[in-house]
Amino acid sequence: MLDQPAAFALTLNGEPCRIAADPGARLSAVLRDQIGCEGTKIGCNAGDCGACTVLVDGEPVCACLTAFGQVAGRAVVTVEGIEAGTRSGAALKAAMLARGAAQCGICTPGMLVSAAAYLDRTPVPDEAGVRDALGGVLCRCTGYGKIVEAVLDAAAPKGAEAAAFDGGIVGRRVPRLDGVPKVDGTERYGADGWPAETLLLRAVRSPHHRARFTLGDLEGWRAAHPGVVAVLTTADVPGRNLYGVIPAFADQPVFATGEVRFRGEAVAAVVGDRAAVEALDLAGFPVAWEPLDALIGLDAALADGAALVQANRPGNVLVRGRVAKGDVAAGLAAADRTVSGQFATGFVEHAYIEPEAGFARRVGDRIEIAACTQAPYMDRDDVALVLGIAPEQVRIIPTAVGGGFGSKLDLSVQPFIAVAAWRLGRPVGMVYSRPESIMTTTKRHPGRLAMTVGATRDGRLTAIDFSGDFDTGAYASWGPTVANRVPVHASGPYFVPDYRAEARAILTHSVPAGAFRGFGVPQMAVAQEQLFDELALGLGLDPLEFRILNALTAETPTATGQVLGAGAGMRACLEALRPHWARARAAAETFNATASGSLRRGAGVAGMWYGCGNTSMSNPSTIRIGLKPDGRIALHQGAVDIGQGSNTVIAQIAAEALGVDLAALDLVSADTDLTPDCGKTSASRQTFVTGRAAELAGRALRAAILRLANAGPDAAIVCGPGRVIVAEGEARREIDLAGLAVDRHGYVLAAEETFDPPTSPLDANGQGDPYAVYGFGAHLAEIEIDTALGTVRVLHVTAAHDVGRAVNPLLIEGQVEGGVAQGIGLALMEEFIPGRGENLHDYLIPTVGDVPPVTTILIEDGAPAGPFGAKGVGEQALIPTAPAILNAIHHATGLRVTRVPATPDRIRAGLVGLGGQA
Amino acid sequence: MFWQPTSLQEAVRLLADEGGILVAGGTDVFPALVDRPSPAGLIDLTRCAELKGIAIGADAIRIGAGSRWSEIARASLPRGLAALQAAAREVGSVQIQNSGTIGGNLCNASPAADGVPPLLALDAAIELVGPHGLRRLRVGDFVLGNRRTARAADEILSAVLIPRRLEAGGSAFLKLGARRYMVISIVMVAVTLVPGPDGRIADARVAVGAASAAAQRLGGLEARLIGTDPVGSAPADLVSAADVAGLSPIDDVRASAAYRLDAARELVGRAILQAWEAARA
Ligand SMILES: Cc1cc2nc3c(=O)[nH]c(=O)nc-3n(C[C@H](O)[C@H](O)[C@H](O)COP(=O)(O)OP(=O)(O)OC[C@H]3O[C@@H](n4cnc5c(N)ncnc54)[C@H](O)[C@@H]3O)c2cc1C
Ligand code: FES
Ligand code: FES
Repeated sequence: MLDQPAAFALTLNGEPCRIAADPGARLSAVLRDQIGCEGTKIGCNAGDCGACTVLVDGEPVCACLTAFGQVAGRAVVTVEGIEAGTRSGAALKAAMLARGAAQCGICTPGMLVSAAAYLDRTPVPDEAGVRDALGGVLCRCTGYGKIVEAVLDAAAPKGAEAAAFDGGIVGRRVPRLDGVPKVDGTERYGADGWPAETLLLRAVRSPHHRARFTLGDLEGWRAAHPGVVAVLTTADVPGRNLYGVIPAFADQPVFATGEVRFRGEAVAAVVGDRAAVEALDLAGFPVAWEPLDALIGLDAALADGAALVQANRPGNVLVRGRVAKGDVAAGLAAADRTVSGQFATGFVEHAYIEPEAGFARRVGDRIEIAACTQAPYMDRDDVALVLGIAPEQVRIIPTAVGGGFGSKLDLSVQPFIAVAAWRLGRPVGMVYSRPESIMTTTKRHPGRLAMTVGATRDGRLTAIDFSGDFDTGAYASWGPTVANRVPVHASGPYFVPDYRAEARAILTHSVPAGAFRGFGVPQMAVAQEQLFDELALGLGLDPLEFRILNALTAETPTATGQVLGAGAGMRACLEALRPHWARARAAAETFNATASGSLRRGAGVAGMWYGCGNTSMSNPSTIRIGLKPDGRIALHQGAVDIGQGSNTVIAQIAAEALGVDLAALDLVSADTDLTPDCGKTSASRQTFVTGRAAELAGRALRAAILRLANAGPDAAIVCGPGRVIVAEGEARREIDLAGLAVDRHGYVLAAEETFDPPTSPLDANGQGDPYAVYGFGAHLAEIEIDTALGTVRVLHVTAAHDVGRAVNPLLIEGQVEGGVAQGIGLALMEEFIPGRGENLHDYLIPTVGDVPPVTTILIEDGAPAGPFGAKGVGEQALIPTAPAILNAIHHATGLRVTRVPATPDRIRAGLVGLGGQA
Repeated sequence: MFWQPTSLQEAVRLLADEGGILVAGGTDVFPALVDRPSPAGLIDLTRCAELKGIAIGADAIRIGAGSRWSEIARASLPRGLAALQAAAREVGSVQIQNSGTIGGNLCNASPAADGVPPLLALDAAIELVGPHGLRRLRVGDFVLGNRRTARAADEILSAVLIPRRLEAGGSAFLKLGARRYMVISIVMVAVTLVPGPDGRIADARVAVGAASAAAQRLGGLEARLIGTDPVGSAPADLVSAADVAGLSPIDDVRASAAYRLDAARELVGRAILQAWEAARA
């Protein structure tokens, strides 16, 4: 029998050791908090994500499901020890890096540990075995393909694939420059690397969708709970108890006052010693709830006489967006055929594997926040308002971000820890639990969409009439952006002469819906791209050729009347799919012609376009680049890398523009004290906007160096220790840097350049140039459906994307594969129902067994405004996947799915309704 | 407190005297805590020698309650246990199979416990040890409902006993979930079929899980299968709506009740065909 304070002997990463810790505590907590092995990640504390995987006597287990005492006498290996502790660890790390298998990297430790166990005991590994071995680790970024490849590579190294080097740095498959810490477990995410004395904060949250509440004797409760230092409520917020990503719409309180408007809204926070706060049962917190009738769903919020979620929003309409061109009635009347449909989508959870986390500390009259975020300067400004201090008094130091996808644009832990650290003068940290993250952070908007489309007999689109309502939850978040972006995009990437699109963001008593890869466009595409198929088929036309015929070109105007002039590679994307389409359609039809059981196959296509950057609003990025006296070049790059790769891509662009090798750059990553504002990592804007600023800054510094050397524009620049050599033909000039004066940032020469994409405001009919650059793309999905069970398996996706210029094809493929995986989730399995499924076993995202091989085809139709012609691809990659899958289901069965996710029960019911397959 | 008894006897005594919470693999115990701290008293069963190992006896195969799913999946067992081994490979993920035990699965008594239908389809029994001795129950009499078993608070499940009577039969396990790995079953079925000398079904066991509070045998269907040869039938033709009428599935986030019934019927048909193919191989 073992008793509590005893020390336990075990072998940790090859070292025999004795560790005194609570034997009943989760091994994951002991490893991280007591031993300091923070490479073991906690994504769910429930066995669902595998991020905490460690080896116990060589077998992978979830550390979060293992009591510390259970490993007494055993050998434990964490990611920190796999190089020495497993035979394949070192090869795996190298392969993961080379293959681009770590994006945000939060899943990487679990992947590495699981893969090492598999390879070590498998003489001849194969893909199916790898998938079985990795089935317990979720990745939300990569779509798994590159991880599987990396594991197979580690088993049988095939030689580096990155060899192809065409001389340029832009265009090269550079493995991520910030990748090493992601594969060795040292990367610091929001929950890592807190100062030892950091207090822990937990929020007290509403169990009701809507309720009035009264707080009881808080001081009495605090006094009764040793270790609790403070209880904070609305009264403790020094500044404005309100925040929001769009300043004009800021409406969300840090702590609710009097009434909560969604389940999970915070009413108070408790702060204290970590162990004491972790042990608290907050069910006993003194708060009395009086539940009120809640408006859940669009119908409830739009009903006559419905209560108002926000007093200043009549009819619960937060905002309306509209784009209109031509005469829709006439256009539809002129059509030889029209089709109409109604479609519905649900709340979708971002389900990044890193729950929100971070710590804040007060430094004199300033506050510093190290937390995961996608938008450091927006965080800075909102935290300043909440604390009632100047923005310059706030320093935001983004940690590595374990996935964002839009939701980490909004504040989460920041206002709580800022208020607490400001008040208490001690560092305060907070880590959302998985249920807390799912319950309270923004979601993809559920959409209810209605659309009518018309075309002439020869297949030319005449008109589109679209209206969409989006459930934006209790607070504004990015609701206005969705309502404005969708009407611009509802034509799809096609020329439509007569057009009307209206969207509304509707307030309800659900969790706020915000930004999620595509800002409403993926939901819209589920409707528009399926109706295009209906229309084409009704006219007896091939769905792909119908799209090619109508594709936007550089000359045809968009729905807002914008003529792109260049960089409209839509046709090229569709045409690139032609051979794949012919093969896939024929293969599916052959399969079905001979199928006797319940399996059927289908192939479907869908197109996409997406404007990069804010809609008709200024969204500048500023890059600083400087030559240091030691001959190194510092790139101040404030775009937060949330896994998508901006740390690498922006550096590639800067190096190319400057004309130096990548290795000459020292990266200074986002920190509001060190990097100028590069805006938010969203709207697929970083490669385009920040990339362009980096190009301009690189060119400016190049010009300055050449000027100093008195050299012509084609001279070569080579940086060496303490000097720069400028070579022009035979001439070589060496600049000794040691003797030169430096500016206030410590640079001998520096450049700072800002780029703000040229756009124009939209008029009352939504006409104008909302974006400077658009990404285009099309996906071909091949599926197999079990008609007796309604289950769908995606067999293959071919994705063609016009990225303008592929700055780093390796990273772009990663974005595409990850987007496809999320598109599969949207199409087939993901829906968050408020109050239910607040964990990762009820809320299902695709596992390594659910994502098929993805073939990426890159089209480079350069956008003049982009750096070297480059456009964004982050969101683009997700948009066409779901409608392509749904069109494939129709091809296979004749069933038109109007509500996603197309879960087995819905598909089966639909098939029974069709009659044929019952 | 955290106790780590090394014998079953010691574990039984601790449970009686201290009344802590039993933990084996912890894969149900820890998730159930959500974000609450670990319980104050835990009795770790992973060091109890008597709960380990799989032994093939004269009349029965004895699987220690502490056997982990990965151990069950890897063991060399007669083909009649193929369904149980298939279920073992479908539990959660490699990580979950390396920790989770068959005993924990039975005692936790989730309606979606993948271990239960294969055990029902093998006429398995379990053995409980308490301060007053040992008793045996058939699995169907042990797992009573959603999170409800016949285990008394002071008893420990020591082993699962599988009679060797059906081990030469063919068996199949089919699980339906909304994704490939780590998925709670929407419905799952296990079938064991023993061929007679006439090449027809001589003995049949059919069990369905996740479609009622506790997994159930389909007795009427089993009886009807005897003397038949399912070869060439479509799955849906082997099973009538009446065969699954005794199930009482619920609507939840995973699927509607109506769908569960419909899918159970199809899956049972498929499992019959698959088990029969194995039986005749
Ligand atoms: C991510 C994830 C995926 C999962 N997937 C599946 C799945 O696909 N299919 C499935 O069926 N299950 C699944 N489970 C549930 C779980 O893994 C299984 O039920 C497992 O078999 C439980 O065994 P355990 O040893 O971990 O139980 P524990 O968590 O240790 O215990 C479970 C319960 O049984 C009691 N108990 C344990 N052993 C004994 C004993 N010998 N005597 C008396 N009481 C005992 C405990 O006190 C507790 O109440 C999953 C769980 C997770 C976290
Ligand atoms: S943290 Fe352990 S599985 Fe998610
Ligand atoms: S790289 Fe896998 S979760 Fe981000």
